[in-house]
Amino acid sequence: MSSQKLVESPRDPAKASWRSVLPAGEPWMRTIKKGQVLRMLDLKGNQAVDTIFYSAEDPTERYSANDTIRAQGNIYLTTGSKLLTDEDNVLMTIVADTCGRHDTLGGACAAESNTVRYALDKKPMHNCRDNYLLALTNWEADELDKRDLVSNVNFFMNVPVTPEGRLTFEDGISEAGKYVELKAEMDTIVLISNCPQLNNPCNAYNPTPVELIVWDE
Amino acid sequence: MTETTQAKAIDPAKLLWEEFIPGGTHWSGVIRRGNTLRITDINGGANVSALLFNQEEKTERYNMADTLKAQHTAFLTKGFVCYSDMGRVLMSVTEDTCGWHDTICGLSNARLIHEKYGEGRFEELRNAYFKNGRDSLLIEMGKWGLSSRDLVSNLNLFSKVTVNDEGDLHFVERNSKAGDYIELRAEMNTLVVLSTAPHPMAPAGQYNPKPVQLAAFHSGEVLEEDFCRNFRPENVRGFYNTELWFR
Repeated sequence: MSSQKLVESPRDPAKASWRSVLPAGEPWMRTIKKGQVLRMLDLKGNQAVDTIFYSAEDPTERYSANDTIRAQGNIYLTTGSKLLTDEDNVLMTIVADTCGRHDTLGGACAAESNTVRYALDKKPMHNCRDNYLLALTNWEADELDKRDLVSNVNFFMNVPVTPEGRLTFEDGISEAGKYVELKAEMDTIVLISNCPQLNNPCNAYNPTPVELIVWDE
Repeated sequence: MTETTQAKAIDPAKLLWEEFIPGGTHWSGVIRRGNTLRITDINGGANVSALLFNQEEKTERYNMADTLKAQHTAFLTKGFVCYSDMGRVLMSVTEDTCGWHDTICGLSNARLIHEKYGEGRFEELRNAYFKNGRDSLLIEMGKWGLSSRDLVSNLNLFSKVTVNDEGDLHFVERNSKAGDYIELRAEMNTLVVLSTAPHPMAPAGQYNPKPVQLAAFHSGEVLEEDFCRNFRPENVRGFYNTELWFR
C-alpha cells in the first residue's frame, strides 16, 4: 500500500545507550529525552505494543490520537507520522519503520471491555489497562491516574477501517525482526503495555517479548 | 437545501424540556437513565462535538476505542451504543435519520479555526465571536469540576468522515440535511457535554456553524427485545454490565 513508508534505520544497536527486553504482558514507563531515539523491535512477530505518550514537563499534555490522524489526513501511523499532543505540539516523530502500518484507533484492552467483546468470564484475564494503571501508580515523578489514560498507539497492530466504515482487528502484518523508531521532539514520557490479549489476533494469540533500544543523538 | 427530514413527533406528555443551541455555542446537562435526548440539525450541516460521562462517577467516560471495537464500526448510527471505559453503555443511538456520525476526528482548536476562518474576536464580533470545539468543551467540563485530563476522544454528531483503503480521511460535505435528528437514550445517568463549533475537517471559508435543537423526553425502561441491546451480541453483555450498576 502506498500509505506505508518502509524506511530502515541507520542506527547500530551496538552503539545504543540503553537496551532491554520487555517480556510479554508487562508494563514499561520511562522518559525519552528530546533528541533521543527509541526503537521498538518485534522479536517474535505480530506483537501489539500499546503505547501512550506524555509531555515530561507537563504530563497533563498528552498524546492525542484524533489530532494526530486528523493532522496527517490518514488513520495509519508510519515513517513521517508526527505524534501530536492534545495541545497541538509534536511529542515524537516516527523516523524509521520496517512494518509499515500501526494502529491508533483500536485502543487498549481492559478487563471490562473484554467482558463485552468476548464473554463475561474473561474479566480475570490480564490486560493492558491493568498494566497502565500499575505503571501510573508507581510513577513517582508526577501524580498520574486513570484520568490520564487516553487513546493509545498500537504498534505492529493491524486495525483496518473500510470505506463503508467497518473496523476490524485483522491478522498482523508485522513479523519477527520488524521495528519502528521514534525520535523525541520534546522530553516525552513513554508508557507501554506489551499487550497480553489472548482473545483476538492482535498478538497472533501468542503474546511475546519486544526489545526496546534507546540512542542518544 | 430542498430536502428536509420530517421528525417523528414527541409525545407531549413525555416531553421533559426543549432548548435551542445556537451555532458555535456550548452546553452541558444530565440526561437520566430512562430518558432520551433528541438533537435536531435545524438547518442542515451542523456539527455537534460531544463527550459523555457517568454523572455519578465522572472518571467513567465515553471510550472511543471500546465503542468502535466492540461493535466493529468506525462510525455511529441507529443500533450502535456508546460504551464507557468500564464495559457499560452510557447512551444508545435509538433513532437516526442522518446515517453517519463521526467518531475519529477529534476537535477543532483555536489554531485550526484561526487558519480556516481568520480572526474572530469578541471585541469586534460580540457574541458571534469564533469558537472552537476544544475550548468550548473545556469550558463546559469546567462547570462540573472536569479539566483537560478528562478530555478524551469525542463524538462529532452529524459529521461524516470516511477512510479509503489507503487510510486517507475524507470529509463528506452536506452529510446532514435540515431536520435530521439523532436520539441518544441514556442507559446511565449521563453528563452530556457538547459544542456546536465547526468540525476540525470542515472546509475553510466563512465561519458559519449551525444551530441545533435539543429535546429531552421520558422513554422508559429498556425491553429485552430492544433494538440496540440486540444489535450485536456484545451489546447484550454491555447492557447486562450496565444493569448491575443499578441493582
